Formats: sequence, C-alpha cells, structure tokens
Amino acid sequence: METPPARAGWLRCRNNVETHTSAEPAVSDTETFLLRLYVAGQTPKCMRAFANLKRICEEYLAGRYHIEMVDLLQNPQLARGDQILAVPTLVRRLPEPIKKIIGDLSNTERVLVGLDLRPARRPTA
Amino acid sequence: MSLNQELAKSPTGIQGLDEITNGGLPKGRPTLICGGAGSGKTLLAASFLLNGIVQYDEPGVLMTFEETSEELGSDLASLGYDLEKLVASGRLVVDYVRVERSEIEETGEYDLEGLFVRLEYAINSIGAKRIVLDTIESLFAGLSNPGILRAELRRLFRWLKDKGLTAVLTGERGDAGLTRQGLEEYVSDAVILLDHRVQEQVSTRRLRIVKYRGSHHGTNEYPFLIDREGLSVLPVTSLGLTHPAINERVSTGVERLDDMLSGRGYYRGSTVLLSGTAGTGKTSLAAHFVDAACQRGERCLYFLFEESPQQLMRNMRSIGINLQQWVDRGILKFHADRPSRFGLETHLAAMQRAVRDFQPLVTVADPVTNLLTVGTHSDVRSMLTRVIDYLKSQSITGLFTSLTPGSKELEETDAGISSLMDTWIVLMINEENRRRRRWLSVLKSRGMAHSNSVREYLLTDHGLQVLDGDSSGQGRMAAV
Repeated sequence: METPPARAGWLRCRNNVETHTSAEPAVSDTETFLLRLYVAGQTPKCMRAFANLKRICEEYLAGRYHIEMVDLLQNPQLARGDQILAVPTLVRRLPEPIKKIIGDLSNTERVLVGLDLRPARRPTA
Repeated sequence: MSLNQELAKSPTGIQGLDEITNGGLPKGRPTLICGGAGSGKTLLAASFLLNGIVQYDEPGVLMTFEETSEELGSDLASLGYDLEKLVASGRLVVDYVRVERSEIEETGEYDLEGLFVRLEYAINSIGAKRIVLDTIESLFAGLSNPGILRAELRRLFRWLKDKGLTAVLTGERGDAGLTRQGLEEYVSDAVILLDHRVQEQVSTRRLRIVKYRGSHHGTNEYPFLIDREGLSVLPVTSLGLTHPAINERVSTGVERLDDMLSGRGYYRGSTVLLSGTAGTGKTSLAAHFVDAACQRGERCLYFLFEESPQQLMRNMRSIGINLQQWVDRGILKFHADRPSRFGLETHLAAMQRAVRDFQPLVTVADPVTNLLTVGTHSDVRSMLTRVIDYLKSQSITGLFTSLTPGSKELEETDAGISSLMDTWIVLMINEENRRRRRWLSVLKSRGMAHSNSVREYLLTDHGLQVLDGDSSGQGRMAAV
C-alpha cells in the first residue's frame, strides 16, 4: 500500500492492463477519469480511502485514471473550490458532471455507483 | 449573579437588541437564533456580523449554507450593506457551503474536517472575531449520517468556543423543539427566538430571548421591524412614570380654545385627546395645533391612519390652513399608513422609529381609533400607553384624535384611552332648525383650571372659530 503524499500532486497510473468491468458502465470505457481525493493529514480514514481508491482504480479503470491528492491541512484554500465539507472526499472532476463520494471508500460497489461505473439500480454482480 | 460579574458582551449594533440583552450577545460564545421561514434569522445574524465589522472593528466570517454569496449580497445591499466592499477591504469573508444530497455518495467513515479547515482558513485570513453559520442545519439535509453530524457539531461548537469566537448560528423552528435538529442542545449560552405571526391578515414580527446564561435580559416578546434601514427591536416595556413635568405651555392654535385652557393652551409634553363623531372637525383642530407649532418653528410629525397627506392638506386649505409650506420647509412630516398594513406592535415600532428619526416636538396621530381595526380595545390601549410613555420621555406633545361612532355613548367609547390623556376635548354636532351646530368642551385638563363650558364653534374658510360666551345649547348636548 502506498502512503498518500502530504502535498497535492499527480499520481500517474498508466498500467495497460486489460480493462474489465463486470457490469455495463454508465460512462464510455475510453474516457479518462480525473479524480481528486481530499484528505486532512495522514489519518487512518484518509489512508484507508487512498488505498481503497487505488485498488478500485487499478481494477476498473486501469490505464485511464489520474488521482490527485489534496491535503487540506497544507492547502486549506482548496476546500472552497470543490465545496469540500467532509473528509475524505473523492471528487470525479472528469468525465463531467462532477461527482462526489465521501467516506473511506470501503464499499466498492457504492464507489463504482458513485463514479458512474455501475448503474445505480442494477443489482451487484 | 451581580451586575459586575456579568459576561463580557459583544454588541450587535441592532437598535434595541443591545438594550434588552444588556449590551449584546455573549462574547466568545455561540448564540442560537431560531425561527420559522422568513422570520428574519439571516438578517439578524448578518446584521450582527456586519455591524461588528463596521461599528466595532471586529472582522467577521459569514458561512452560509442556504443562499449563495450573490443572493445574500443583493438581500443585504437593499439594507445598505455593501458586502463586496467589506470583502475587498479584508474584513469580511463570505463562504457559501453547498450541500446537495443528490450529488454526494457516501461510503464508509468520514468527518467534517473539511468544514473545520474551511472555517479556520477563513477566520485566520482576516483575523475574524465574529462568525455566523446560516443555517448549519442544512447539513442534515445534505448528509445522511446524523450520528456523525451530531458528533461533529458538538466538536464544532467546542472548537468555536476554544477559539474565542462570538458565533451566531441560525436554526429553523422545529415542531417539537426550538429547532428541527435540536441545535439548542449544543448551544447552551444564549437562544433568541424570532416569530412572524399573521393574525387576521396582519403580520407582526416578534423577538424573545429564550435563554441567556449568566446575564440579565428582558423576558418579554418584543416587536421588531425589518425595513430599508435594517432590523430594529423595540424595547416597549413601559418606561415607568419618571418623565419630567414641564410647566411650559403651547398654544392650541385657536385663541379661544387657549382661553378655555386657563388662557395658555396645552402643557408641552402632555397628551391631548380630541374625540368626536364624524365631521366634527377633529382633524381641523389638530391642523391648527400643528400650524401654530410650525409657526413657532417646532418640528411636527403627523401620523395618518385614514387619509393621505395630500388629501389632508387639500382639506385643510379649504379652511385656510396651509400645511404644504411647512412640509416644504421640512419641519412638518407626514407618516401615512393604513392600519391594516401591519399589526399594532409593528405600528408602534414604526411610530417610535419615525419619532426617533425626525425628532419632533409635536406629534399627531389621526385617528387612533382606526387602530381598533387591527386590535382589541385593550391591545390598542396598551399600545397607546407605550406610545405615550415614549413621547413623554422625550417631552414631545402628543395629540390624538378619536372617532366616536354615532351610535355609541361618547364616554364609553373613549373610556379606554381617555384616562391616558392629560387633556380631553370633546367635539359634538347637533341639528337644530335644519342647521348643524358644532360644540366643543374641555372634559378634562390636568394641572390647570380649565373652562367647564360647552362652546359653539364654526368651521370657516379661515379656520375653526370658537364663538363667544357660554352656550345655551348645553342642555341639548346630553341628548346627542
């Protein structure tokens, strides 16, 4: 498991592993996901969220995602722009529309629904 | 708790509120303002914050969960606050927090550290001393885990206290408690309740201090006003009977009526009731008084509850009284309001405010009986008591006209308010030989030897003229 960096920065994950989704995706499978994870210091919740996100991205979005980590303790002025209240908050900046998922992302199904990678009403496979 | 041990206060700068709270809200502590939709919560909170910036040099943060900065800006601009300018000067931060449940998916544990970070950043960026959270309850609509929210709110209020911020939170009135989410549990220092009641299609805003730990405060319901000058609360408890008694006299504007009042007219700072049936000339007599006062250079404020100023001035021209000239010179001001426009409390508030702003020596309220359409006799009486107390405390002479319905006994109708008056003049009409004749008499006038006679008077094109001598019509009067 990687430790989240303390400052904002890009993590580029370009593993060209074959993309696989178990259900019909709500967005096209060629779009790149621009994800931003807001944390406040290296709390267990935030570290858990990052690990969960990394795992989910590798599994469902391999090769077409960017994760940007924002530590609000370092960059408090950034909280306002994305309307951040809760921590951790994952913001899907692209593809549009913007989506938000709060919490430690421990429920993979809900994260997939939140990212529009799985239709919300479809029973999970 | 004795007075000198009282809490430090943070003045609100809101007319009247600092008086009933003995100096303002508890400094360095949170205060909850609750009330229904449209009760003026946001305005009260914002006034506290903006007055703090402008009048007391305390920078402030306004965190709004309901209105965007732009919406809020235009609301407050209409009251004379320029948010953009205050923001640009580095003394105000407005942060609009948007919580939309449909846009947020929740999975797993979270806390509201993001909100804390935002607040702290805003506070530190301007060295804020005051903060408003309007309405933090919106979080409950936006986030689905009330357990987390409650724990975080508790942490938030402790955090605000630790930081020594004077905070104002607003909350929507709930069915069971003061607020929907029971915010009052978290805020134990001061709670203010706002109420906007509509009775018989007449609305009145009221404010009550439900709780103020460690401080004296007024416990009544106080009416408050929201108008273009912002919000003002009116401490309307009777001011007591300590007003000065002035020996100076002022002319009634009618020489022979002065004669009837021991030759010198009314006492300055006293209250006068002119009562009579329709068409007796109550307004004409009031206009004489105003005209005479204006000629002496005294400022007059004329409250109209029936006619428009233009109509009244036209009518008075027909009896040779030119009031327009005094309006033009700025020493006479009319304040016309339909009684049904708002409730008694609001009328009282508006009257007090008008008096405060115009600083008159003479006021006329014509006819006060029209207020009975929006309140009962006892309500009107209690309102007038407060008006009179206020006028007396300012040594303002107050003249009130009262319309006596033809069908009722004169003294019964006026009994409610006449006891509040120092001088009571009754105007009457009777019909004799197919001609109407008007009569007046001084029923009472405290502190002077007044005439007991009933005098006939005429309304002529050069004013109201009291005829000479005692009238033989006295016996007939009883039959009217």
